[in-house]
Amino acid sequence: MTKLQPFIAFEKVQKIYGEGAGRVKALAGVDLAIERGEFLAIMGPSGSGKSTAMNILGCLDKPTAGRYLFGGADVTALSRDQRALLRRNFLGFVFQGYNLLARTTAVENIELPLVYRGTPRHERHERAIEALRLVGLEGREHHTPAQLSGGQQQRVAIARAIVTDPLVLLADEPTGNLDTARSHEIMELLTRLNDERGLTIIMVTHEPDMAAFAHRTIRFLDGHIESEHRREAA
Amino acid sequence: MLWEAFKLALLSVRRNVLRSILTLLGIVIGVGAVIAMVTIGNGTTQRVTEDLSKLGSNLLIVQPGRNTFGPGGAGQENRSFDDRTLAKLRAELTGVRAIAPSATRAATLIYGALNFATTVTGTDSEFFAAQDWSFAQGRPFTDGEVKSGSAVCIIGKSVEDALFTPDSGLGKRMRVGTISCDVIGVLASKGQGAFGNDQDNTVVMPLRTYQRRLAGNTRIPTIYISAATAEDIPAVTASTEQILREVRRVGPDKDDTFTVRDMSQIISTMTSTSTLLTGLLSAVAGVSLLVGGIGIMNIMLVSVTERTREIGIRLAIGALERQVLTQFLVEALVLALLGGVIGIMLGLALAGAAGYFLAIPFAPSLSIIVLAFLFSGAIGLGFGFFPARRAARLDPIEALRHE
Repeated sequence: MTKLQPFIAFEKVQKIYGEGAGRVKALAGVDLAIERGEFLAIMGPSGSGKSTAMNILGCLDKPTAGRYLFGGADVTALSRDQRALLRRNFLGFVFQGYNLLARTTAVENIELPLVYRGTPRHERHERAIEALRLVGLEGREHHTPAQLSGGQQQRVAIARAIVTDPLVLLADEPTGNLDTARSHEIMELLTRLNDERGLTIIMVTHEPDMAAFAHRTIRFLDGHIESEHRREAA
Repeated sequence: MLWEAFKLALLSVRRNVLRSILTLLGIVIGVGAVIAMVTIGNGTTQRVTEDLSKLGSNLLIVQPGRNTFGPGGAGQENRSFDDRTLAKLRAELTGVRAIAPSATRAATLIYGALNFATTVTGTDSEFFAAQDWSFAQGRPFTDGEVKSGSAVCIIGKSVEDALFTPDSGLGKRMRVGTISCDVIGVLASKGQGAFGNDQDNTVVMPLRTYQRRLAGNTRIPTIYISAATAEDIPAVTASTEQILREVRRVGPDKDDTFTVRDMSQIISTMTSTSTLLTGLLSAVAGVSLLVGGIGIMNIMLVSVTERTREIGIRLAIGALERQVLTQFLVEALVLALLGGVIGIMLGLALAGAAGYFLAIPFAPSLSIIVLAFLFSGAIGLGFGFFPARRAARLDPIEALRHE
C-alpha cells in the first residue's frame, strides 16, 4: 500500500506545556499536509496554537506526541543540532520584528546563514548581493538596520532567509509592523518568490488582507484546525 | 568560522571599550606583576653575577669555620690559616692559576692635610691574578718585598683620586694607620662591587708587612684560589678540602673546620632572598589573575544576557551549539589575551623604570612573556566556558522573544 507522501505533514501532532494543574494543551492532535510550492497562511486568535505549530514546523521545537514528516522523512525526534542543520539547509525564517543584527550592515546580515554553512567568503558575498538585488535593495549593501525603514529591514530579512536557497520560508507575521502600502509590497515580494522560485511559504498572520495572497488559509482555534479555505484559482 | 568568531570578538570588545578595559584590570595587574618581578629578578641576578665575577674568574674562597654565613663554632675550630697551610696548598694543588692569602682591616690613610678611610689587604703578588686586577700604573710586589715585609703598597683608583688628585699617586709616601709606606702601583678601576661597595677603595700591601706592622699577628683569615678553568673547580675544591683536613688534622669522622665556596654558591645565596620575594609576589599575582578570570566570567555572562536575542537569531538560522559556544569562547579568549598583552607591556615598562632607577640591567625573559600570554589565554578559555555554554544552550524560541 503506497501513498504519495505530502511534502510536509503533521500526523496527530500534540504539544503540551507544563505539568499537573498548569498543563496547557497548545496543540491537540493536529493533522496537516502542505504541498511543495504551496503558499499557506495560518490564522487564528492568540493562544490558538498557531505559533506553536509554526515553531514545530520551523524545527525550533519538538511535538510532545504525533509525527512531523519533512520531505518524507520523520523529523520528530531529531536532536537539537540535527534540527539546527535542518533549519540551516532547508528553512528560512522571517519574523515580525525583522530580527536583524543591529550595527551590522545589510550584506553582513544576509551573509550570516552562509557563515554557519562554511561558505567561502567570496561566494558568500556574491550570493548576499544577489539576494539583496532580488528583494530590490541594491545599493543598500552597507546600510545598517538603523539606517533602513521598516519595509526595507523586512526585505533584508527576507533576503537573509532566501540566500541559502531554502525549500520552505516560514514567515511569522511578516507585515505586523508595517503600514498597508509596505505590507502589500512585502506580500508581492513573497508571492513573486513563490511563483518564480517555487518556494514553499508558510505564513502566520492575523490580517485577512494578507492571508488573501496565499493559496490556502487555515484557521486555528484552541489547538485545532477550525476551518480551511482554498482560494479559487485566478 | 574561527576567523569570523575572532572578528566578531574584536568588534564586541571595540563596542564596549571602557567595560572591556575595566574587566581586564585583574588580568592586567596579575600579568603585569609577574612580568615586572621576573624581569627585575632576572636583572638583579644578572647584575649580581656580573659583579661577583669581577671579583675574579673561577674563584674559590677558603675561610675557616664551617659556614661563615651562619653561626660558626668557637675557638680552636675556627682558627685562621697560616703560612704553612698556604705553602702546602701551593705545593700540592694542580689545575690552579693563582693562590693568594688575604687579611683585611679598616685603616685611615693620611697624605698631607688629607685623610681617607679605606680597607687594607695584606697579601702577595698572586693576589692580583686571583682577583683579576690589572695595573693602571706601577708594578706588583717583588718576591723580595714580600719576603722582607717592605713598607710598600699598591692603591686603588678611588684612593688615588681622594688623596693625590690631580697628581698620580705613584712614588708618593703616605701613612697607612700607624705606618708609612711608598706607593709602588695604582690598580685599574673595577667599579662597584656586588654589595654596592666601591672595589677601588682599597690599599694592598705585602702580607708580612700587614701582619707585623698593622695586625700584630700571623693569621691568614682568607685564601683565594683561582682555578685554571671552570671545569677545574670541582677537582680543585675537592683537593683543597683534602689538604686542609690534613693540615688542620680533622679526624675522618669530623666535619670540616673550614669552608670552600665558589662563586656559584655565593650567587645562589644572594639570589635566594629574591626567590622568596618572587614567591610572595607570585601568590599576589595568582590571586589577581583569579579575580581577573572571575571578572571575565562576569562580563561574559552580562554579554550573553544582553545578546540573548542575537543568539536566538543565530540559532534560528542554523548555528550549531558548538558554533555559538566557539563564538563566545573566542570572545572571552580575545578579551583575556588583550589583558595579557596590556599586562606584559605594563610589566616590561615597570621593570624598565625600576631598572633605570635601581641601576640594574633590563633583562626580559621571552619564555616568561610567552608563558604569561598563554596563561592569560587559558584563563579566558577556563572562565569563559561557563558563559559560552549558557549561550550555546539557550532555547531559540525563548531567546527570540527576549527583549
